[in-house]
Amino acid sequence: MKNVDLVIIGGGSAGLAASVGAFDSGIKDILIIERNPFLGGILNQCIHNGFGLSEFKEELTGPEFASRFEKQVEDRKIPYVLNTTVTSITKDKVVTYTNEKEGVVEVQAKAIIMAAGCYERNAGAIGIPGDRPAGVITAGQAQLFLNEYGYMVGKKVFILGSGDIGLIMARRLTLEGAKVLGVAELCAWSNGLNRNMVQCLYDYDIPLYLSHTVTRVIGKGRVEAIEISQVDERMNPIHGTEKRFDVDTLVLSIGLVPNNNLLTDLGVEVGRSRGAAVNQNYETSIEGIFSCGNVLHVHDLVDYVVDEAREAGRSAARYLLEGKKETSKNIPVNPGEGIGYVVPSKLDVLSLKEKTAFKFRVRKPSKNVFIDYIVDGVTVKSTFKPVIIPSEMEVFNLPKNLLENAQQSIVISMRAKE
Amino acid sequence: MKDVVIIGAGAVGSFIARSLSKFKLDVMVLEKENDVGNVTSMSNSAIAHSGYDPVPGTKKAYFNVRGNKMMSQVCEELDVPFEMVGSMTVATEESQLKLLDELNERSALNGVEARILSPEEVKKLEPNINPEVKGALLCPTAGVVNPFLLTCNAMENACDNGVELSLTTEVKGIKRVGDHFVIDTNKGEIESKVVINAAGLYSDEIAKMIEPIEWKINPRKGEYYVLDHYAKGLVNHVLFPLPSEKGKGILVTMTTSGNYLVGPSSEWVDDKDDVSTDTLTLRNVKSQATTLVPSIPFNQQIRVFSGCRATPSTHDFIIEPSKKYDTFINVAGIESPGLVSSPAIGEYVANELVGKVLKLVEKEDYSPRVRKHIRPLELSVEDRNALIKEHPSFGRMVCQCEKVSLGEIEDILSRSVPINTVVAVKKRTRAGFGKCQGGFCQPVVINLLAEHQKVDPTKVLYSKDGSEIVKCKVNKGGN
Repeated sequence: MKNVDLVIIGGGSAGLAASVGAFDSGIKDILIIERNPFLGGILNQCIHNGFGLSEFKEELTGPEFASRFEKQVEDRKIPYVLNTTVTSITKDKVVTYTNEKEGVVEVQAKAIIMAAGCYERNAGAIGIPGDRPAGVITAGQAQLFLNEYGYMVGKKVFILGSGDIGLIMARRLTLEGAKVLGVAELCAWSNGLNRNMVQCLYDYDIPLYLSHTVTRVIGKGRVEAIEISQVDERMNPIHGTEKRFDVDTLVLSIGLVPNNNLLTDLGVEVGRSRGAAVNQNYETSIEGIFSCGNVLHVHDLVDYVVDEAREAGRSAARYLLEGKKETSKNIPVNPGEGIGYVVPSKLDVLSLKEKTAFKFRVRKPSKNVFIDYIVDGVTVKSTFKPVIIPSEMEVFNLPKNLLENAQQSIVISMRAKE
Repeated sequence: MKDVVIIGAGAVGSFIARSLSKFKLDVMVLEKENDVGNVTSMSNSAIAHSGYDPVPGTKKAYFNVRGNKMMSQVCEELDVPFEMVGSMTVATEESQLKLLDELNERSALNGVEARILSPEEVKKLEPNINPEVKGALLCPTAGVVNPFLLTCNAMENACDNGVELSLTTEVKGIKRVGDHFVIDTNKGEIESKVVINAAGLYSDEIAKMIEPIEWKINPRKGEYYVLDHYAKGLVNHVLFPLPSEKGKGILVTMTTSGNYLVGPSSEWVDDKDDVSTDTLTLRNVKSQATTLVPSIPFNQQIRVFSGCRATPSTHDFIIEPSKKYDTFINVAGIESPGLVSSPAIGEYVANELVGKVLKLVEKEDYSPRVRKHIRPLELSVEDRNALIKEHPSFGRMVCQCEKVSLGEIEDILSRSVPINTVVAVKKRTRAGFGKCQGGFCQPVVINLLAEHQKVDPTKVLYSKDGSEIVKCKVNKGGN
């Protein structure tokens, strides 16, 4: 068995940034395990720009952003293996991986950072009604085919879901000569970033059907048509509102899910984001196993991913250098009214730093609201938001003095301005 | 001139082919689909029923019980995952206990081991069962089986023993000429002494090509949910509600891959090819299933699907020669419990019905076994390392969700039944079966198939004809 101080699962943006964070905090014995033949993960298929505005103060494409982090890893000579899949982790932190060159390798790690990203919700998960022909494809897969393999997935396209990848693919497919007939969104609001709505739909006159969903896929071999219907406030299709589109492709952009099964197999506690439940140090319910990036919760911007992952790397380094904490006191952090999830989902009040970042998303777009930070039933801080939307992750820092006396719970809640 | 032509390569046709492949006969199988087991044999409950339910004395009862007894050995020979987990038919109301007793008596008449469990016994064996449970009939010999491999490997074994398989071959007409039949297909005419009609949903149409018939196949659709295998321990048996005239009802079952199936509905449809799903029907499946198991984690849903049962108007399997010719054999109306019955049907059709009209001489070199599948994750670390050293592709994972290696896909491509589609790979290896539904591995599988078939990736099919996945190369005829 091989011994390594820190094993990082995933060599995408989160894994690379975590390795840099750990390395710069004094941990040199690191191994990054990546399934693809290259580092950088999904960024490699995101050839559009808009990455790095906060991290590098310039606008980069996905591969450019990835290469900046690859360089940081190469400069530090942090070891990594490619074309390699982790098949299991044990509670004692034995990581088993497999590849063509080494066969099956068991690594005894002292700490593990899970940075395996996310996967796309697909037609099966939501059970789209109708036939199941070829041509129903997730947005990320369409992007993979187009940008990494050089194949068009269709010529007449409809898109279900207004997630960012779907919007970006609406533009990308249009630029490659496809006709995008429309985007249907189940919610009464768009689930993409505003800039993507403008730059990917409005600029190309692609219609957006809010409060609509696909109610039938038609086609034996390949998609021949789809039918959309308007939905009521309980999201049930309204009879008589059906519209038919003759298309050969239905692209789905209906959400991302943390790819967290290696940890759930271990029995790690799961949070509301469907990633692991972590404390402010990104440590899961198993000591020495950390989680960050989209496997923890789905981010809107990669800039936030690398920020979080670097911090997770530093935490893992502290854990390795300082050893087992003598004491810890975990207080639950719960989403209150109008909030989908909060990361961290618990707070170790005995290891607080000067500031603690809380990341959360609201459930639906709202105007003129207060976000309340409530410690043991007492609101310790309120912030006013003229506009707040689910597609943007909120980040708010609270100082140590407001948190250190928490005994029961911390709740983040949304309240309308009276 | 062929000795025997089998029309249809579903579970039934494949097992008939396998049983005939023991003998010195020239056997050919015609299948209109581009893979074996692509219709009803692909979309069903994946259960080896015990045989407690069919009316005693029927063909359904006979072949079910016989097939169930054969299943362990067949699956061992064909290297098909099979687990005899047992079934429970669960009463959730007092009024149903009488029916449970009747089923218990029926089991005895069918020669099927069964016993009635008290509510406490049921709860102990099935902790997630509806706490209102009033009792259940336990049938220990029921099992779950991988229906894809059962059919594929029966046909592979037949092909390894000399049977000829012709895919994408559709029968257009059949004529009696002299002492044999001439079968007209989209690929030309084929002459045969004996014809076996195992055409599933279309077996009535095939039978009519020879003579008028008094029976009809009515397609009856069933819709299902598939849950991921991460919902460990949800149920430990095949759980049925009490049966009704509409069939065995909505079941909740484990599968050999650890996934769970919830379904099927029961709807008469007009179109035999209708495998669409419908929101209201599935919602009804969900609500009925939760009366058995209230806590089904539908957030683990990874797919919905439907299949059509070939329900015969006669209410029993039709396994007999046609009225005019003892060399034209109809094997029709094989709805549930068809999957488990198929090995027994194959044996009976070969030995008894074909045996009556052709001389059966055993081959000296017949083998009942297929080449073993290599499943790296089931091996010890030492054995896996030895394997990967010799064949490195077993170390490269293609499907991350289901942990399927490149080596396993290459192995499937090198077998005697041709592989033409992404779904054919998926059925046999589970690549693309998991939570991402091929989101990450499909391009790799497409490229492997393109290389294997020596075609451009734009020609690779997902499943049926016309199901190409990628349309064209970027900037080459894009519009």
